[in-house]
Amino acid sequence: MKPTMLLGTRKGFLAYHLKNGRWKVEKLSFEGEPVSIAYSDSRSGTWWAALDHGHWGVKLHRSKDRGKSWEEVAAPAYPEGEELKDGEKASTRYIWSIANGGNAHQSRLWVGTDPGGLFVSEDAGNSFELVRSLWDHPSRKQNWFGGGRDQPGIHSVVVDPRKEEHVFIGISCAGVFETEDAGKTWNVRNKGLRADFLPDPQSDIGHDPHILVAAPTDPDTLWQQNHCGIFRSIDGAKTWQDISEPEGPARFGFGIAVADDNPDQAWVCPANSDTTRTAIKGALCICRTDDGGKSWKILRNGLPQENCFDIVYRHALASSGDAVAFGSTTGNLFFSQDRGDSWQTINNYLPMVYSLQFAD
Amino acid sequence: MIRRELAVTEYPFLKHVKYFLMAIVKFTYALEKFFPGIKAIPATGNTLREILDEVEARYPKIQHYLLDDQGKLRNHVNIFIDGSMISDRAGLSDAFSPNSEIYIIQALSGG
Repeated sequence: MKPTMLLGTRKGFLAYHLKNGRWKVEKLSFEGEPVSIAYSDSRSGTWWAALDHGHWGVKLHRSKDRGKSWEEVAAPAYPEGEELKDGEKASTRYIWSIANGGNAHQSRLWVGTDPGGLFVSEDAGNSFELVRSLWDHPSRKQNWFGGGRDQPGIHSVVVDPRKEEHVFIGISCAGVFETEDAGKTWNVRNKGLRADFLPDPQSDIGHDPHILVAAPTDPDTLWQQNHCGIFRSIDGAKTWQDISEPEGPARFGFGIAVADDNPDQAWVCPANSDTTRTAIKGALCICRTDDGGKSWKILRNGLPQENCFDIVYRHALASSGDAVAFGSTTGNLFFSQDRGDSWQTINNYLPMVYSLQFAD
Repeated sequence: MIRRELAVTEYPFLKHVKYFLMAIVKFTYALEKFFPGIKAIPATGNTLREILDEVEARYPKIQHYLLDDQGKLRNHVNIFIDGSMISDRAGLSDAFSPNSEIYIIQALSGG
């Protein structure tokens, strides 16, 4: 298990560190500022903070000394004249995902944004460039739309460790797109998904993957918690299978985590349907599958079981070895050291948690 | 004459000039968090864009706090010229005079 947890919250960037069996806050940075993503680049140990200042726009900072000092870098910006739709100017509204470009491209960094632009840096984040081929994809202006946010956004960037030019992205709402040449060309990968909110649920584009992840030990196995269920692919996203429980809690939600040593094991944080977005029957649970989604176990031991409103945002559930952790919308942080069989509370008094990542 | 003192601080050669007019740019205290020590500065530009370029030269990166990617005033930032809110938030073409007070503020927001 990695001994650090980085949290992006509505009121700052929090780093927890495990020492003598206890999680302690190692560092609070950007107190009072909304941090949409707190990210550690595993290659260099650099921490990244994506800030969402309400008034002053989106900002990006990095730290090379575990948060002791931070440096602001130019946040991804849309080139002059770029438009959301005809006549509507484009500007970065939110940084929704950060992913390193892999070991073969030490200086590459991907950033996904609302309103739907993917950016890439080839100089370790000193500068970012809009990935033109995706922004100019013929489907964007016509078939992409906002889901939860006013404009479409890229919340997931999944780099294939075997061939790092091979990248999947998740867009709400458009679906899963794949590039095999580091962003020069794109394939749409939504076959088998279902978009119940569209006139044609089997539409090629317009799906709402809430989060997309790949199994670290088998990158052809991809999982997504989707607006319309939980889906899994074992063929590199060429086809998707619905693995939701039709009547059980493992169906609607936002986060999903896959074990880093088992492509068939994953966790989700069920929520009431999209109409209320609260914990189901006021009780918090995590569901885990150990068999690739054929069956789900409900895990409640140590989690609040009454008067509970917590749900878990898409980036706020993570696993590392036997450890699983999540932060909730009502500021609770829970940790399990036995793959979810039992839970302990780390903090009940945090701001709303947007992201959680295990790091070294 | 605070304005004259400010101008002379910024441009020492002006201390030899008896009369002159310069616009002054003031900032909301909320920017202090990102630009420690930020204070009002005199400016000589003929347009708001030129004025904001002078502000950027003095406080690098500040334009991206005030303007979006397309150069439009951010939704929750306002500029007042002599007490009146500007009207051209995209083009920044509002007129002012050489002795105007240009005040950059933020809209207030909840918790």
